[in-house]
Amino acid sequence: MAETGLIAKVEAACPGKITESSSQHGNETVVINRDDALDVLTTLKDDPQFAFNLLADLTAVDFFGQEPRFEVVYHLQSVGLNHRLRVKIRVPEDEATVPSVSSLWKSANWLEREVWDMFGIRFADHPDLRRILMYEEFRGHPLRKDYPVQRRQPLVEERDPVNDPWPKR
Amino acid sequence: MAEATWQLTEELDPTSEVMSLQMGPSHPATHGTIKFNLKLDGEKILNCDVEIGYLHRGFEKMCEQRTWNHVVPYTDRLNYASPLINNVAFALAAEKLLELQVPDRCQYIRMIMSEVSRITDHLTCLGMSATEAGAISVGFYMLEARETLYDLVTAVTGARLTVSYDRVGGVTQDLPEGFADQVRRAFTAIRQILADCDKLLSKNRIFIERMSGIGVMSKEDAISYGVTGPLLRASGVAYDVRKAQPYLFYDRMDFDVPTGTQGDNYDRFTVRFEELRQSMRIIEQALTQLPPGPVRVDDPHITLPQKKDVYGNIEGLMNHFKLVIEGVKIPRGEVYLSVEGANGELGFYLVSDGSGRPYRVRVRPPCFFGMAALGHMLKGYLISDIITTFGMINMIGGECDR
Repeated sequence: MAETGLIAKVEAACPGKITESSSQHGNETVVINRDDALDVLTTLKDDPQFAFNLLADLTAVDFFGQEPRFEVVYHLQSVGLNHRLRVKIRVPEDEATVPSVSSLWKSANWLEREVWDMFGIRFADHPDLRRILMYEEFRGHPLRKDYPVQRRQPLVEERDPVNDPWPKR
Repeated sequence: MAEATWQLTEELDPTSEVMSLQMGPSHPATHGTIKFNLKLDGEKILNCDVEIGYLHRGFEKMCEQRTWNHVVPYTDRLNYASPLINNVAFALAAEKLLELQVPDRCQYIRMIMSEVSRITDHLTCLGMSATEAGAISVGFYMLEARETLYDLVTAVTGARLTVSYDRVGGVTQDLPEGFADQVRRAFTAIRQILADCDKLLSKNRIFIERMSGIGVMSKEDAISYGVTGPLLRASGVAYDVRKAQPYLFYDRMDFDVPTGTQGDNYDRFTVRFEELRQSMRIIEQALTQLPPGPVRVDDPHITLPQKKDVYGNIEGLMNHFKLVIEGVKIPRGEVYLSVEGANGELGFYLVSDGSGRPYRVRVRPPCFFGMAALGHMLKGYLISDIITTFGMINMIGGECDR
């Protein structure tokens, strides 16, 4: 399925904006800079030779201890031309913001909310950047590697069901 | 809320009030914990803000703490109406990272069990939606049909729901004896039940009026919202991962991809109904082609050794110990692999750092995208339409909220 030369075509369409590219396990990947993100992604969506009309997935990976710390990963799919591309943007922790693509794909709205919720990466110009899976009172971003697995933030006090099965009156 | 998403228009009576109604999170008519923040003009929905996350368990965080094979039981609990498809998707993605070719028989078994799971999922969705639309007998018939398939799943995996059938490198056990006959008997019963349900519904005026022309979504909107699976096909796009990027042996199977024309709830229902028949076709073909052979790779670094080796010689014992304690060592890399889940494209994005544990496991849950589009689908319809539209998205909390 992976069309040969897809990366070469992307590089030709966005000259100088692809900083890195690779192909592994049949997944073609390009890395772009945050400042070029909207330009490149708009080209990939609107150019008829790419026509990536489906944003299949948008997520992030936390490479804790490395610089830049986060990778925001877009998986694009073209329903008509049936090819896929992975686009990555690397962002540092102290400036974890990328431009929102919710104006290009409507699915980005919720996906970006989830990345904000889980990783604390902000999306500039997002219409409604709220938490989505966690509750509003939640502190921190659970999928960051420095968020402890055992930390609990119950909204109501947790009871010990064995020694204290009923609430005190 | 950051934006005012409803406006008073001229058609509204200036003396009427816009009512805010919070439906859920635990509402008897929605199967699944979900909250709708509604803005209503009488019964008409002006805006519907969907809140999810009530069943969030930190699936992705949990997976990072465990070895690769320990993730398999967690995947059972994603879409618990079709756990086998989740197992298969995860195992395929991990095997792609290993660049491992599993035996043909294993691939066929995975395909058969995926399709059995797709049928159980669709039967659950259709049965429950018909029940909610008032056709309660259809719900019981479909649950009866599903039960025959759960018997099959139990015979193969030993469990109805928490199957954990796949491992990296194969499946846990071979099909039981007489499986093909059991499938044949089950399908005869299911075909009879489906014919009965068809009779009960296809000319039923109440049912058609509840479903037809409700929750309409255009092709362009469906793609833009990232909706896949039966919902996208009901909108008229014949996109099916099994055809577009064939995995397992779907390229050897002869089956049709049903599509709708209107993109309404009725089309979503009929597309799913037709997919039941197509899945049965695939299983019957796969059973005739099923080759003999092993059901997992024979590699001590990936699959557990035979019990007689574990107890009989030191190599077997060592391999067993290393696999159980340290897990399968999957080389550094990343992969995105998607399969056609019952509700759409189910994707796994895995990042490995070369240790025995996944560095990052990301699931692309198909119904998350359907839920994101729900607010858009419901605008302008009535409160009662929430139930049927929500039913047709077939939101499974375990998968949507992870």
